[in-house]
Amino acid sequence: MTMNNTPLFGYRRENGRVGIRNHVVIIPVDDLSNAAAEGVASLIKGTLALPHPYGRLQFGEDLELTFRTLIGAGRNPNVAAAIVIGIEPNWTDRIVAGIAETGKPVAGFGIERYGDLKTIEMASHKAKEFVQWASERPREPISFGDLTVSAKCGESDTTLGLAANPTVGRLLERLIAQGATAIFGETSEVTGGEDIIAAQAVTPEVGQEFLRVFQAYQDFIIGTGADLFGSQPTQGNIRGGLTTIEEKALGNIQKMGRNKVMSVLQPAEEPKGPGLHFMDSSSAAAEMVTLCAAAGSVVHFFTTGQGNIIGNPIVPVIKICANPITVATMAEHVDVDVSGILRLELTLDQAADTLQSMLARTINGRLTSAEVLRHNEFVLTKLYRSA
Amino acid sequence: MAHNALIHEPQDDVAVAIVDLKNGDMASAVTLEGQPVGTVRVTEDIPLGHKIAMRDIPAGQQVIKYGRVIGKAVQAIPQGAHVHTHNLKSIRWQ
Repeated sequence: MTMNNTPLFGYRRENGRVGIRNHVVIIPVDDLSNAAAEGVASLIKGTLALPHPYGRLQFGEDLELTFRTLIGAGRNPNVAAAIVIGIEPNWTDRIVAGIAETGKPVAGFGIERYGDLKTIEMASHKAKEFVQWASERPREPISFGDLTVSAKCGESDTTLGLAANPTVGRLLERLIAQGATAIFGETSEVTGGEDIIAAQAVTPEVGQEFLRVFQAYQDFIIGTGADLFGSQPTQGNIRGGLTTIEEKALGNIQKMGRNKVMSVLQPAEEPKGPGLHFMDSSSAAAEMVTLCAAAGSVVHFFTTGQGNIIGNPIVPVIKICANPITVATMAEHVDVDVSGILRLELTLDQAADTLQSMLARTINGRLTSAEVLRHNEFVLTKLYRSA
Repeated sequence: MAHNALIHEPQDDVAVAIVDLKNGDMASAVTLEGQPVGTVRVTEDIPLGHKIAMRDIPAGQQVIKYGRVIGKAVQAIPQGAHVHTHNLKSIRWQ
């Protein structure tokens, strides 16, 4: 039973990309504009504010990443239309222009010379128009191969390497065989398995680029002089039985399956073609899922052992768990229970069937546990301190 | 007896408990394909998800899981012992 015959329905956007949700987002350019963005979202049904703490006095690569992340959130195919609100018009317009390339409706508002209340009034009129327009977008037939998906694990334990991550790896093999695009990453967390990723690169050049990015992250970590034990692996990892970064990495990379690594992406960079792509990224759950969302992922596979409860405002996060204690004690957070693999009651292919079925239901509108529980973590990756 | 531990590769030094094991329990390890690999008597309590030494591991020796090095033993680890942060350390980021 591979569920390949379940009819799937999604939203084909103006640029041909396919989404599975139909959000109208209110994106603040900076911390100061969160209040106005949340003001609009509280007035207009069906809008979603994406508040965050940055966007002021950033510069260089760090600023570029913030722009790429905010623009990418608006470009995401799960977003029907976007409102951008910033303190001043210049950076606001830059984000509007980046989103407008997709052809979707987008409008920007600067607060200076208007104030919050007038800005909220103007933006709310536009948001109402966008929501009513979005509410009439039809769900059309789509296939798994139309999707961009992403995967990462959190609060991992030894059950991930045994069961949950190989299940995701098996499903990614199937989705990619049908033409899908997938993103994984977590540059420091593959330490001890980096040679396996390099060996799965589609060309020697991609393998070399991966190893260059990997080594740069190693140099950054070692350069701090800090002992990462307790941070990576985390205290939760250690409680769950993981002892070293090498052990954690070898479990982590099971998510790749046997797929070739087609390219190495900068943080929040959209993949250029189908297949599996490695994104240079932290393993902090909300940061990494936000970067995947900005890169165009429309659904995220999140494996957990000890019970990471993360979600994302625009990307449904499907939670997969094989630890029987977590499945029992944190059931409201778990979408797919694959603990049967540990008892040898479930084969990997059967577990992948179960996950594929949940993917189909999620595409067709089932809300994930993280969505229902309002896990809307939208977290920008900050590369260094602001000016 | 039914298995109560899983082992990634038959030659691995460690298996993973899939139930809470008590001092004196017999740990019966199988691969994910269900192939029996070995049974050892555990010498201390080992929680679900934690590792069991399938053989004696001398101090300083690399420890193998997934058929790969996951670190080194920082003290001698007897068969049946709990393998964790007190006796196994990373060889990276040192």
